[in-house]
Amino acid sequence: MHAKRPISPPGEKKGNGIFLARLMLGVLGIAALLGGLMQGGYRDTLAKAVRICLECVGIG
Amino acid sequence: MDKKVKKAERRRRLIQLGSALLYNANLPGFASGSLYKGAVKGVCVPGLNCYSCPGAIASCPLGALQNALGSLPHKLPLYIAGFLLLTGLLLGRVVCGFLCPFGLIQELIHRIPTQKIRKNRWTRRLSFLKYGVLLLFVIALPLWYAFAKGLPVPAFCKWVCPAGTLEGGFPLMALRPEYRSLAGLLFGWKTLLCIGILVLCIFLYRAFCRFLCPLGAIYALFSRLALFAVRVDTGRCNGCGACVRSCEMDVRQVGDRECIQCGRCAAHCPKGAIYFGKERTTCLEKESKHAG
Repeated sequence: MHAKRPISPPGEKKGNGIFLARLMLGVLGIAALLGGLMQGGYRDTLAKAVRICLECVGIG
Repeated sequence: MDKKVKKAERRRRLIQLGSALLYNANLPGFASGSLYKGAVKGVCVPGLNCYSCPGAIASCPLGALQNALGSLPHKLPLYIAGFLLLTGLLLGRVVCGFLCPFGLIQELIHRIPTQKIRKNRWTRRLSFLKYGVLLLFVIALPLWYAFAKGLPVPAFCKWVCPAGTLEGGFPLMALRPEYRSLAGLLFGWKTLLCIGILVLCIFLYRAFCRFLCPLGAIYALFSRLALFAVRVDTGRCNGCGACVRSCEMDVRQVGDRECIQCGRCAAHCPKGAIYFGKERTTCLEKESKHAG
């Protein structure tokens, strides 16, 4: 039995819109990551991750 | 299962195992019960892997996100937002299909031979639940605690995350006797939930990923945009639906928000229309002329 509509990924034909969205989000992502690094995000993540978080694993 | 499907599955399983090992490369931690404290721990891995697991060499993006939201009155969560944005854009739910250790655990449990529950309209409806979990436990509750009480509370890790219980809670309880006296109602609840989810996974393929995983919900938002994804060559596709029928996730189309990009459908496609990579449309007339 054949369906009438091809089973294709949504948004595949909206090439230019997708490209622009990717570009904008990519720039935003890089800017956020760099901003976060300058703000001390890496240090904060490291400080949290090297200690056992009893709350996180459900012990206390 | 034919040869092609088996080969593709074996390749994916190897990548899953490799990433699970890489995320948890601190093997001595499994003997001592102490955490890895190196500089890599400040970097997040793309998949769900508890940073309180004795083997973990890097951070969990969900835990990092909740903690960053917990410090929001003073600091914007830019570092983790940037990481999730870039990972989503680059890989999307490829992370779920290839790079998530908890996804691998669920798949292995699902191999236990018993009667399975196939996807249906109820599982499709339940697949929206993960967006509610994301909004409530990962965003709203940590924000509420941060603004109302000034406390960083990782609500999802604390009350829901079965990966944290399995990878962090159980090994730490086994290896560090001093923690045993601390275990109370919360640990009882999390143990029950973890075991419940794992048992459900015997009958339902990747039950946690489909219904509860907030990380999968985040990556699902990038399903249309991810650079590395399963694609359909519309020139070859005849719409037979073999891809959707062969998939155990609640997909309606290849590459939609429920697709974990495992690529199993590619091996089932009779026209060879499914592939990993950039969008393309083959003109079959041209192709047959060239062949002629």
